[in-house]
Amino acid sequence: MTTQKPKRAAKSRRQFLADTARTACGVGVAGLVLGLMAKQARSLPPTALRPPGAGTEDSFLGACIRCGLCVRDCPYPTLSLAELGDPVPVGTPYFVARKAPCEMCDDIPCVAACPTGALDPALTDIDKSRMGLAVLIDEETCLNFLGLRCDVCYRVCPVIDKAITLERSHNVRTGHHAVFIPTVHSEHCTGCGKCERSCVLEEAAIKVMPLALAKGQIGGHYRLGWKEKEKAGHELVPGLFDMPDRLPGGQP
Amino acid sequence: MTVSRRDFIKTNAALAAATAAGVNLPGAAKAEDGIRWDKGVCRFCGTGCGVLVGVQDGRVVATQGDPDAPVNKGLNCIKGYFLSKIMYGKDRLETPLLRMKDGKYAKDGEFTPVSWDQAFDVMAEKWKAAMKNKGPTSVGMFGSGQWTLWEGYAASKLMKAGFRSNNIDPNARHCMASAVGAFIRAFGIDEPMGCYDDLEHADAFVLWGANMAEMHPILWSRLTDTRLTKKGCEVHVLSTFENRCFELADNGMVFTPQTDLAILNFIANYIIENKAYNQAFIDKSVNFTKTPTDIGYGLRPEHPLEKKAKNPAKGKLTNITFEEYAASVKPYTLEYTSKLSGVPQDQLLALAKVYADPNKKVSSYWTMGFNQHTRGVWVNGLLYNVHLLMGKISEPGNSPFSLTGQPSACGTAREVGTFAHRLPADLVVMNEAHRKYAEQVWKLPAGTIPPKPGYHAVLQNRMLKDGKLNAYWVQCTNNMQAAPNMNEEGYPGYRNPENFITVSDPYPTVTAMAADLILPTAMWMEKEGAYGNAERRTQFWRQQVAPYGQAKSDVWQVIEFSKRFKMEDVWPAELLDQKPEYKGKTLYEVLYTNGQVNKFPADPVKDAAGNVYENHESADFGFYVQKGLFEEYRLFQYEGPAAKKGHQMADFDLYHKARGLRWPVIDGKETLWRYREGYDPFVKAGEGVKFYGKPNGKANVIFAPYEPAAESPDDNYNLWLCTGRVLEHWHSGSMTRRVPELYRAYPGAKIYMHPDDAEARGLKRGQAVKVETRRGELVTRVETRGRNKPPKGLVFMPWFDASQLVNKLTLDATDPLSKETDFKKCACKVMAV
Repeated sequence: MTTQKPKRAAKSRRQFLADTARTACGVGVAGLVLGLMAKQARSLPPTALRPPGAGTEDSFLGACIRCGLCVRDCPYPTLSLAELGDPVPVGTPYFVARKAPCEMCDDIPCVAACPTGALDPALTDIDKSRMGLAVLIDEETCLNFLGLRCDVCYRVCPVIDKAITLERSHNVRTGHHAVFIPTVHSEHCTGCGKCERSCVLEEAAIKVMPLALAKGQIGGHYRLGWKEKEKAGHELVPGLFDMPDRLPGGQP
Repeated sequence: MTVSRRDFIKTNAALAAATAAGVNLPGAAKAEDGIRWDKGVCRFCGTGCGVLVGVQDGRVVATQGDPDAPVNKGLNCIKGYFLSKIMYGKDRLETPLLRMKDGKYAKDGEFTPVSWDQAFDVMAEKWKAAMKNKGPTSVGMFGSGQWTLWEGYAASKLMKAGFRSNNIDPNARHCMASAVGAFIRAFGIDEPMGCYDDLEHADAFVLWGANMAEMHPILWSRLTDTRLTKKGCEVHVLSTFENRCFELADNGMVFTPQTDLAILNFIANYIIENKAYNQAFIDKSVNFTKTPTDIGYGLRPEHPLEKKAKNPAKGKLTNITFEEYAASVKPYTLEYTSKLSGVPQDQLLALAKVYADPNKKVSSYWTMGFNQHTRGVWVNGLLYNVHLLMGKISEPGNSPFSLTGQPSACGTAREVGTFAHRLPADLVVMNEAHRKYAEQVWKLPAGTIPPKPGYHAVLQNRMLKDGKLNAYWVQCTNNMQAAPNMNEEGYPGYRNPENFITVSDPYPTVTAMAADLILPTAMWMEKEGAYGNAERRTQFWRQQVAPYGQAKSDVWQVIEFSKRFKMEDVWPAELLDQKPEYKGKTLYEVLYTNGQVNKFPADPVKDAAGNVYENHESADFGFYVQKGLFEEYRLFQYEGPAAKKGHQMADFDLYHKARGLRWPVIDGKETLWRYREGYDPFVKAGEGVKFYGKPNGKANVIFAPYEPAAESPDDNYNLWLCTGRVLEHWHSGSMTRRVPELYRAYPGAKIYMHPDDAEARGLKRGQAVKVETRRGELVTRVETRGRNKPPKGLVFMPWFDASQLVNKLTLDATDPLSKETDFKKCACKVMAV
């Protein structure tokens, strides 16, 4: 496996350079190419995800030298180098979860291969990576929301029971089945994309989005009382009490 | 099928107008999109979800959960969601394929398309030659809990009555033979006393080796709902590794393989020591017995373990007193059991208390963890012991319940008698009265049915290898992939040059590819069918579409094949002399045009709306094949001195009108709980509970001790290997792996391992590894995360993947009583490739 792999990846980098050169010659209009590249550089499409440890898009693009070593060392067909015409800055590594998700290797070979720190070498625990965030985007078509027992996204999750849990509720329509709602927890979701890849629908109901797109933010002016209490381990305002209620017959 | 918003509004407007005018619009949906909907049943597990099947232009284009089916109320699991795709895999077999060389059959030839006539010519010649050389025991058949009722019935009749060979066994042998053995030993009648309604009535659930969360997804959703909505409801889960059920468990217990035997005896001991047992129930309804011990492991007789066994395969019960029983379970103390099983004492105690609490209704569920067990009949029985001591049985919510894995394990494999020792409706070949009755129903001369049980599943593979079983027919199952010890038994057996193997399947499965003749087979909605689910519910469907290519249904194949044999080919002269009118006739005439099976005309099959359905079998044979076979089978349920009580089914036509009925169906009513007055019509007023399968009306408590597994890890093979399933794929994956979405969801098998075990072997997650046992090896990838979390010392690998045949590794040790393989316990080692 490891002996075969570099060949393919090395070729793909060579291929990429050749393709770029050929395309540039073929088109012959440098301005057009530059314009295209500039346009691509402006924003990453929501389906394109960066390798583990890439950080924010700006800092990543600043540090990535388009060397392709991360792609070479990825043992799965996950990472690709963006080519001309891809909606991603040319030469940078990315993956599309629906096509090939990140398999979350324990030793994170892509990060280890990065010569510039564009993929943060401090990332040694793959569970800490944040390539994106899974979002159950369509509750109307998600089979579990409809009461069926699919939950494929949940079972394929490498961080099962933490990154995705099944929240149970009563199925009011049938009266005697439970509904199992796949619920993503950003605290643990690495954005690997296994859930999106495996979603059995024709268009995935769960998708991994870049963090900046996926995550809401609660106002700094408000706290969740039950969480604050749990965090503190005691009531935030100690000593408050409730009086007993008067009930018929002196019931306690 | 997409419906535009405009269409939707139009339909709604029409419906609103119709409703306002008080008009019904029958078949409005059909008019709208041209789809004809009819009732069906899911092709997969024993849950038996009702589905509606949508047909357009001769093709199943859509399905839906039947919103009114009591089991699933319109829901399906992810396999059921893809039902409409299972018949349309790209490699459906179109024609019979025979291994040929130079235009002739050759064992080492290449698969070559032939006509049905050629196929059956060669096959019949091989079968005749085998019988001529070595007698009826040289022919055999391997069938299925996925056969429809009449397919199993017709095949069993062909083998036992026609060829006079009891060498027919279903794949259900691998699945719930142990459950059957225990039902018969404890109650004298097969199949559960309870039903799925228990899922709502129980206060506590205990899972014994059943990963319901993945294997019975819809029932799990019912169980979960009760846990959610009923105050005080508890869920206890026991398994040898942490599976998806642990997520709901209030008390999740991982025990050392095989120690479930000890845990159950501990619970019985706890109940007795705390005098929690139900004395009145015991006095009236329970008989105490013990079973012989040291019974071996169902291996080949020359195996050292078999030679060492004191009482190989012995199972005759001895009556004992309550005090003797109490003394037998006494050694199973909390301390001893906790140490042996590895389950902490407080968890064992919590479990025992649930059973011992007279006010808690407990339903226990089990599947392969219990049944695929070298002491499977014992361990099933030990659970009945606990329920019987407490009288927690045969009433809503109190239910020991054996779940089944196949859609008709109950209906076909068991009820119509496709096991090597069984006849229809719980009759057995060993019993002279039973044989006589079967011969009478089937209009056969006395002595036609051989009294000795035939070769069971594992023995069939051994006999193929040994050259004693030479003409063999596999229908509706992928046994090369499913059976244990493929390297040493299954494959050498099929490829033994002395043997001629026929496999009937819709797809080129591993089994089909190991055969000499492959017969393309109609599946599911390509034929009229009936399945019986785990709660005794019988469900029918009509043929919805024409079979693919030249494919023919299993029942057609069986009946058509019977035309190739003259009675003189298969019966000795003495037998034929008793029925001289059969001389010169064919098996077809004697078995299937006997005035009973061919009693009903091949009239068009219609539904209530007047839609007409094809029926290829009736069209070909000129009578209503399915109805005739079913009605003849029903004679076993209603008549004769040997007929056992409580198997009655409704007439054929009713099942096409009803959604599904739980037998016994008596006076137009289904039976929900058996053996209890008020629910079961065979228990008279004032009798309370009566286990009428036993002559004294009492059920047997059967003491059995803990005994070790056949093969345990040692210094060399240092891990337990457990095999099983995943939700996305069904059994050997021959249908689900052909659905692209399911393939993508779980593309290849992998081996689940504890992260510490992986680290100790220098293995990284996702790495290719070699798994090796004393019988073989394979390469897979290691998984240390995800849905299954094995404890240290155990690995789990699913068997659905035809590219990673895990049964090259497994041991063919069986329960000596039930002959069911233990696929859950053997020793392996795992190393980097």
